[in-house]
Amino acid sequence: MPKLNILLVDNDPGRSAIVKQALEDAGHNVIAKLNDDANLSKNVLALQPDIIIIDMDAPGRDTLEQMREINRDQARPIILFSAPNDQRFMQEAIRAGVSAYMLDGLNQTQIMPIVEVAIARFREFQALRKELDDTKSKLADRKIIEKAKGLIMARKGLDEDGAYQLLRKNAMSQNKRLIDMARILVSVEDLLG
Amino acid sequence: MSGSPKNLPPFANNLLNNTLGTASAKHLDVYSQTFYTVMSPTNNLPEKVSLNLGFIPLTDCAPLVIAKEKGFFHAEGLSVSLSRESSWANIRDKVAAGVLDGGHMLAPMPIAASLNLDGLNTPMLTALSLGLGGNAITVSHALHQQLLALDAQVADPYHSVQALKTLISQQQRAGLPPLTFAHVFPFSCHNYLLRYWLASAGIDPDKDVRLVVIPPPLMVSALASGQIDGFCVGEPWNSQAIAQGIGAAVTSTVDIWHNSPEKVLGVTCAWAEQYPNTHQALLRALLKSAQWLELSEHRAEACAILTAEEYVPVAIQDLRVFERGEFQYSTDRPALQVPDFNVFYRYAATFPWVSHAEWLISQMQRWGHIPPSINAQEVAAKVYRPDLYRQAAQALELPSPLIDRKNEGSHNNAWLATSDSVDIAMGRDCFFDQVNVEPRYTDA
Repeated sequence: MPKLNILLVDNDPGRSAIVKQALEDAGHNVIAKLNDDANLSKNVLALQPDIIIIDMDAPGRDTLEQMREINRDQARPIILFSAPNDQRFMQEAIRAGVSAYMLDGLNQTQIMPIVEVAIARFREFQALRKELDDTKSKLADRKIIEKAKGLIMARKGLDEDGAYQLLRKNAMSQNKRLIDMARILVSVEDLLG
Repeated sequence: MSGSPKNLPPFANNLLNNTLGTASAKHLDVYSQTFYTVMSPTNNLPEKVSLNLGFIPLTDCAPLVIAKEKGFFHAEGLSVSLSRESSWANIRDKVAAGVLDGGHMLAPMPIAASLNLDGLNTPMLTALSLGLGGNAITVSHALHQQLLALDAQVADPYHSVQALKTLISQQQRAGLPPLTFAHVFPFSCHNYLLRYWLASAGIDPDKDVRLVVIPPPLMVSALASGQIDGFCVGEPWNSQAIAQGIGAAVTSTVDIWHNSPEKVLGVTCAWAEQYPNTHQALLRALLKSAQWLELSEHRAEACAILTAEEYVPVAIQDLRVFERGEFQYSTDRPALQVPDFNVFYRYAATFPWVSHAEWLISQMQRWGHIPPSINAQEVAAKVYRPDLYRQAAQALELPSPLIDRKNEGSHNNAWLATSDSVDIAMGRDCFFDQVNVEPRYTDA
């Protein structure tokens, strides 16, 4: 089976590096990796890829849609999910945030393993990013709670533990999360400060 | 009875609170009917309560945003999340795959889906239009100067396209490369109105210019960078380009085709069949939202809601045409009254006219996007569903036109559409090349 040429379009350079590596490790040929989709149609025409793997958040997707309309005489990129009963696979790809186009005339079963590699890597990256975001937001939450505690300590003359208990008690009685209570307190203080 | 009975869905409670204060016979009648429906085993309760709807950041996503923020979805017992999407292709794919329940769609999108032009084998339908008009054609500052040099009245479709034709002929003789115009999606009203406008002056949209697709939020930067010479896009992106001094509008699309179709609520046919009550609840909520938006005294509040970070984060002044019906074609000219720039409810703006779909299909055929053998009337009647609209309007005691089709282009003046109750005041629906066009700037 001849090697297929893959064009990867993703404005997240970290993710696209991982996806490219994974595709090459699986024996595929990544001819180009575009971080910017501004000149997408020009690039597709120049590079003539067999498959385009594109980040679903890339606005350039609508440009690819147009290439299907204008290149009536040339082989044109068509969206991959054209076979019936593909809904599960399509949902999987969408949840991972990846879309794929293949050249009209290619056999879809040939393409599937390539797209599966991409989906797996996109998903892995998504999990990593979520972990990072969670850690970041936990850190930010901690800072706000510390600040709220500090405000209570200063106003009420309580020690740190007393301030924490008061914040917690208020949050519980108002049926709010501790962080939300702390946020209210901090924003009121900013306003009236 | 004091207070509302417990365990009723929010819309029933709302109804009780609204009706008991003014207990006229008619209201009580509506109340008891609804109460019966709510309590009876064969009720109309939504089969699915939690919904995800997609939208693109544009002024005309307002009916969705307002329905959420002003509680119209909630009042119908629906809990709706709105998901801002970065491309029309995303909305289509996510709706087709069931990741979204429905979405803000370009009017030709459900038609293209039903003809399987997108290759997804997922027929779609619409029972509600999200409004009329809302687009303009804006060109770069440089192109605007060239057009003004040929005709000082460039700001209406007739004068603008005639000047453009002259310029293109001059440029072709000089061996210059063709001008590039952008629109937003192959199956969009923008594409078909831009083509209609160009072709009216004998400009071949496939040969004499280059047409490209650029997503709405990227239009302004594409024009600024010189990647394109002009674009046809919805608001607020024209106003933003004009306010930033990057370009000037040469016509609004309402001046090309008065009160033309634009966005619709699109769902898959399978979804509509599986969740008929949810669909009706969605239609009722959006009808109320469109009615709310219709009142000019609500527009300032709507602007504040719409420009929130999660919806259409632009400067409030970019929404001036939405807020006040004033459109500034270029920074060196005064803003003009264009009251029909965005129409949300009046003129039966929410009604899914089958004749709108037929016109769009005729344009798809005109430009070779679909074969001439396709039966436009048959396809249009499958995709556009006034029957479902009427059911929702009737539940709210709102009038619906009795006819499914109007003679598009034949109304040069305001007219009345017969409805099941009071007649509906309609706007004109003529095309610019079929009537005498008055220049927008007569002092020029």
